[in-house]
Amino acid sequence: MSNLDSAFSALGDPTRRAILARLALGETTVMELARPFAMTQPAVSRHLKVLEAAGLIVRRAEGARRPARLAEPALDAIDQWLDMLRQALARNYDRLDQVLAGMKPENGGNPQ
Amino acid sequence: MSSTQTPANPRLTLTTEGDTHVVVTRRFNAKPEGVYRAHTDPQIIQKWLLGPEGWTMPVCINDNRPGGKMRYEWANAKGHSFFITGELLELEPGRRIVHVERMHLPDPTPDNLVETTFEPDGDGTLMTMRMTLPNAETRAQMLATGMERGMEASYVRLEGLLPS
Repeated sequence: MSNLDSAFSALGDPTRRAILARLALGETTVMELARPFAMTQPAVSRHLKVLEAAGLIVRRAEGARRPARLAEPALDAIDQWLDMLRQALARNYDRLDQVLAGMKPENGGNPQ
Repeated sequence: MSSTQTPANPRLTLTTEGDTHVVVTRRFNAKPEGVYRAHTDPQIIQKWLLGPEGWTMPVCINDNRPGGKMRYEWANAKGHSFFITGELLELEPGRRIVHVERMHLPDPTPDNLVETTFEPDGDGTLMTMRMTLPNAETRAQMLATGMERGMEASYVRLEGLLPS
């Protein structure tokens, strides 16, 4: 990843993360992107510009349309997201470990 | 996407499956009855289902019968809050829970159908949570939204380049 800072900064916005998640499904036009997010096309275009500058997406010219797709580093970024989601879940389940350890056997627990 | 475990959390897996599923597995050092109870008793749920640091769960309604309502509300000190609602569909004590849930952001997201099973695994329990979303796009958005809610703390750490 050429510029880690700008990539993470671009990923700091929830809409841009959602756009990347959508692009993970395949190349998409601005119009197609705008629809599920209930955003105007200029608003989507602004987000795409940030993502492109961060090296997370690439766009190609196809007449007036400029469909966007994920750049290779973005695939790594998505993997990072899943790792972060795992970490958030892991924190919950670590807490649950403590709760379970404190439960009495007659309550269905299994004291260690 | 990915199907690898996080090295730091070897007991937890989170994988995408097909176009519409997300599967989470985790092993616990407690019997299935206890893990099941921790997933159904509101007072116990409120102790652990909290997400990132700084969030609490002031409201937890879990009406444990088929058709029973669920409502979970989270809040943080900055005054942010959000909630999910859902319905319990099937309950097999100590073994299995099927429910449907949606986030309110504030508009409700498409329903997420969740089957959670608790299987004996040695002295402990293997929990498997299998989520089914209406389509691939919805799943992608749910993962992104879940990240938004559940990952700020992790994200901040990642920006500090992962000293965990």
